[in-house]
Amino acid sequence: MSDSEKPLATETPLYGLIAEYDNPTALVHAARKVRDAGFRRWDTYTPFPIHGIEKDMGIRMTRLPWLVLGFALTGMAVATYFQYWTNSVDYRWIISGKPFWSWPANVPIIFEMTILFSAFAAIGGMLFLNNLPLPAHPLDLKERFRRVTDDKFFLVIEASDPKFDERDTRGLLAATNPVVLDDVLEDRVTSDRIPAPLIYTLVILGAVSLIPFAFIAKARAAKTTEGRVHVVWDMDFTPAYKAQEGNPLFGDQRSMRTPPEGTVALGQLHDDEHLYTGKVGDEWASSFPESLALSEATMERGKQQFGIYCTPCHGQLGDGNGIVHQRASKLKQGWVPPSDLHQTYIKEQPAGQIFGAITNGVRNMPAYGPQISAEDRWAIVLYLRALQKSQSASVNDLTDAERAQLQ
Amino acid sequence: MNTRVSITNPYNGPLEGDNAFAQITHNVSRIMEAPRPPLAWYIAFAFALGLLGVFGLSLGIVVWEGIGAWGHVHPVAWGFPIVNFVFWVGIGHAGTLISAILFLLRQNWRTAINRFAEAMTIFAVVCAAVFPGVHIGRPWLPYWMFPIPNQMGMWPQFRSPLEWDVFAVGTYATVSVLFWYMGMIPDFATFRDRSTSTVRRFVYGLVAMGWRGSSRQWHRYERAYLLLASLATPLVLSVHSVVSFDFATSQLPGWHTTIFPPYFVAGAIFGGFAMVVVLAVPAREFFGLKKIITLKHLELMAKVILATGMIVGYAYAMEMFVAWYSGSIYEQFAFLNRAFGNYAWSYWTMIFCNVLAPQVFWFKKLRTNVWVILIVGIIVNVGMWFERFVIICTSLTRDFLPANWGAFIPSAVDYATLAGSFGLFFTLFLLFCRYLPMVAMAEVKAFIPESHVHDH
Repeated sequence: MSDSEKPLATETPLYGLIAEYDNPTALVHAARKVRDAGFRRWDTYTPFPIHGIEKDMGIRMTRLPWLVLGFALTGMAVATYFQYWTNSVDYRWIISGKPFWSWPANVPIIFEMTILFSAFAAIGGMLFLNNLPLPAHPLDLKERFRRVTDDKFFLVIEASDPKFDERDTRGLLAATNPVVLDDVLEDRVTSDRIPAPLIYTLVILGAVSLIPFAFIAKARAAKTTEGRVHVVWDMDFTPAYKAQEGNPLFGDQRSMRTPPEGTVALGQLHDDEHLYTGKVGDEWASSFPESLALSEATMERGKQQFGIYCTPCHGQLGDGNGIVHQRASKLKQGWVPPSDLHQTYIKEQPAGQIFGAITNGVRNMPAYGPQISAEDRWAIVLYLRALQKSQSASVNDLTDAERAQLQ
Repeated sequence: MNTRVSITNPYNGPLEGDNAFAQITHNVSRIMEAPRPPLAWYIAFAFALGLLGVFGLSLGIVVWEGIGAWGHVHPVAWGFPIVNFVFWVGIGHAGTLISAILFLLRQNWRTAINRFAEAMTIFAVVCAAVFPGVHIGRPWLPYWMFPIPNQMGMWPQFRSPLEWDVFAVGTYATVSVLFWYMGMIPDFATFRDRSTSTVRRFVYGLVAMGWRGSSRQWHRYERAYLLLASLATPLVLSVHSVVSFDFATSQLPGWHTTIFPPYFVAGAIFGGFAMVVVLAVPAREFFGLKKIITLKHLELMAKVILATGMIVGYAYAMEMFVAWYSGSIYEQFAFLNRAFGNYAWSYWTMIFCNVLAPQVFWFKKLRTNVWVILIVGIIVNVGMWFERFVIICTSLTRDFLPANWGAFIPSAVDYATLAGSFGLFFTLFLLFCRYLPMVAMAEVKAFIPESHVHDH
């Protein structure tokens, strides 16, 4: 309805009656009378919350706490499910060998989201139930009413209340001794339309805010032969040096730095010469190192390691007839056969020399030192000693019981 | 009355209004309504803007050059930015504590100071948020911390304390802003109704959202306020606990400590209250709020500082005891190193500022002297900054392996960002003082004797 079509207001209808008081006690006493008279569409207006006035006015407890509880539970459920779905279904993170869903570590975020949802519900629910924001109200036309946010107290009974009777209600309010008792007329002055400049501003801002999204949408839909745009050049093309590259930053031009002087990496001290080199002084050690336990377990370990690293060439029996040898011999391309480990000269070698052969390699046998730990190399030597014995044993090596079993 | 002050200060005139309510309204509103603020405000604002410029410049250097512009070295990758982050987040705790916990405990004296303590909280959290945002190294990608669907098909790792931080600090900032804003709605309405200019009436009217003080609305408003206070209380306790998890869930000696969550929370309240008094003393002086923020309020805050300072002192002692009692040589070394090692000077600065200095508040004469309160407040803030420096730098520079030891030397950019963050904080705070209701008028009115309803 445009302004010109508005019917000429011969008389603006009454919104209600307003009574002003200058202290909270007078207001509360008036409120009790209005409550007892059975009015429903009325309210009091005060600069600060008057405690206990709910009872004097007959206001029932708000539903807000239930709303907040509902949102709290929603926040809790959303945070729980979202974390479960993202981290243990859609994109599984392996963290410290924990199960994909190990909920105690998800509790902090569940807690925070519960609080966040509840807080939005508390303030949003308060505004919603209070019918705010409310830009215009008939009371705004009353000059005196502006003191409501300062130091005055008001009671308003609306004309739309079924019990409202202009004369009787006026009498009821007059009996409460207000400072001022006045009519409030409906608001026919304030336009209820949103101001045009505000609409234009919002429309323009809304349109401008869509521009980045339009570019993103275009980029997603379109195809291009050009490479991606490198906004941050040195992040896309790292200036880090590779290990073997020259590096002008250091005096010796080496990218890969040696450890600081006097430091040893964990497990790299190697102060037991016998264990790590197989030598005692300049001679090959004839015994096993003291730290190696000559036990059934070491023997088993040696058998396993021998099976993994040695049998492809030397064979299960150590006779040099491993599967690699068998195949290489068939190819007839000049293959140096692996040694038969039961040859006398090998059997007579000190344990340390065999250890040295495994560690450093022999002829075309590569060095296994970098692949097999020193303890395991010694375990292989131990197993090989047993293997050598097994291939050249005589009946006299058996115990009486074993011999009896054989016969 | 000091005549010199009354010349430069337009707020020292007599209070208008024929009743106590109107006097409160006038006392607070005239700060915003005065044609111009006092000279001290201009001086402070110019200084704050200058520091803010330093902040912008130093962050510009960091963004342009990379975070190597800060003094980060190999074992100390956290350095000043994280020290500053924890420091500012800690400052941010007093506001919510005063608003929420003291509200639930029915400590009605809080009404005089809660509004600007809340404002302080928000500005401190703003300062805090800048540091991890830039420290991530690619400040244009902070949205990677949020669970936003992306072309890589990845999601954040929700079991990491650093991700908990994002949610804890984010929730805390949001809830603090909501709490602060909701508290100001009735006071915005007061500003709106007193406005003489159309612009002011429109702007304050917009943010007041049509508040008219209806009792039916007050009822829901108070219920919402109570709920927010009840929600903010566990929240405020959780935030610094989560921040402490960044350290406590690691294995580094000096960080790997179960005492951290309560110790951090107590320290945050301690540092936050110290910042409140540092702001309150000049604010009440320059804006003529001595009748609202009285010496009694300052004294009560001094008592809180004393009490929380003792808790913090206990935590320092208990850390030492547990290190000894644990039997772990690494823990024992970490704490001996704190007290007597490479950064011993920072440890003893911390002990002096946080444990010894607040002891003056045992004496009533000293805790009712604004100068003493102000100076101790500043000392405590220095001490709380050093506490975080001690935790981060002593532990990182001396971990398990001597080969991994190092030294942290802050760069000029480090000092500039630290000083500059105060510029951001004070700029926001001074604007708040000038344009927003610095005291919760409606809440103060509700607790003066004149507000009581007398039944026959």
